[in-house]
Amino acid sequence: MTLTDQIICIALAALANFATRVTPFLLFRTEAATPDFVTGLGRFLPAAIMGMLVVYCYRNVNWLGGTHGLPEVIAGVVTVIVRLWKHSLFLTLIVGTLCYMLLINFIF
Amino acid sequence: MQASPPATRQETVRFAFNSSLPIFFGYVILGTGYGLYMHNLGFGFWFPTIMAAVVYGGSVEFILASMLVQSFLPGNVVLITLVVGFRQFFYGLSMLKKYRGAGWRKFFLIYGLTDETFVVNYSLSIPKEYDRYSVYTLISLFDHSYWVLGAFLGGALGSLIGKEIPGMDFVMTALFIALAVDQFQKEKDHLSSTSGVIVTIACLLLFGKTYFLVATLLILVAEYAVIYWRQAKRGDQNDAD
Repeated sequence: MTLTDQIICIALAALANFATRVTPFLLFRTEAATPDFVTGLGRFLPAAIMGMLVVYCYRNVNWLGGTHGLPEVIAGVVTVIVRLWKHSLFLTLIVGTLCYMLLINFIF
Repeated sequence: MQASPPATRQETVRFAFNSSLPIFFGYVILGTGYGLYMHNLGFGFWFPTIMAAVVYGGSVEFILASMLVQSFLPGNVVLITLVVGFRQFFYGLSMLKKYRGAGWRKFFLIYGLTDETFVVNYSLSIPKEYDRYSVYTLISLFDHSYWVLGAFLGGALGSLIGKEIPGMDFVMTALFIALAVDQFQKEKDHLSSTSGVIVTIACLLLFGKTYFLVATLLILVAEYAVIYWRQAKRGDQNDAD
């Protein structure tokens, strides 16, 4: 690829990516132009999306081989416990991440 | 009780900055990994930096980087970006109400609608004294700058860093887990959140890594369509009574 080709690709990706973000705002500009179904969908989906994103983070885990996802699952459970026990977001992120780093670097 | 006076500009910036801090760590770590990845593909530091600023979509940028070293297939670039970015359409749908009325700031809110910014801005409760549009916009801009900073660091220091410390990127997983736990605790019924987890796992097994998010979101929309239809039917019956 020449530099021009690369610039074209980057510009196209930027446009396509922005398009996926902007389309709903263009389709439903005002409250009156937003069907009840869409408003309801916007209320229903976020909780599901949060669950989806957690699973998404685990998409590359090799469950059948290697460490069978044990470090990822243990660190995930520790993260949940810290969040429930001490509400601090920072503590949760630090403990969860350190736990994972310890597990994969020293234990597994 | 007396209403608190509106927050000053400085207080608003501080509140937004503090709310964006978890993403600071996540994006700088992930962005560095991404810059490093492009460095190892043979790109100068300005490539990942500019791509981070312009494209601004984590997983898309990794794929795009690998496509830039192959033959020129612009159609494929667009197609893959649309498939990977498909989920962001639903972030927009979910933020229609919160972002309505933001005026000129809307461009930045929409441009910055990444997974992380969506989840943080959606979950955030903003005290009354702050202008919520300013807070959302500042968080979006802060997040964007963290990602660019990370990409720059990874690209520029690539030869020095060599390799990341394995496991640091778990910070993003931990963020999503923490916010999902919050969501689960505050919601009245768990239909949506449990559906999200179960449908995504099923789709990952059935459709594989490239298409499972698209499939998941389509199924979730179908699920809501059934719920909506049943509610509407019940509503009609009540009207008849």
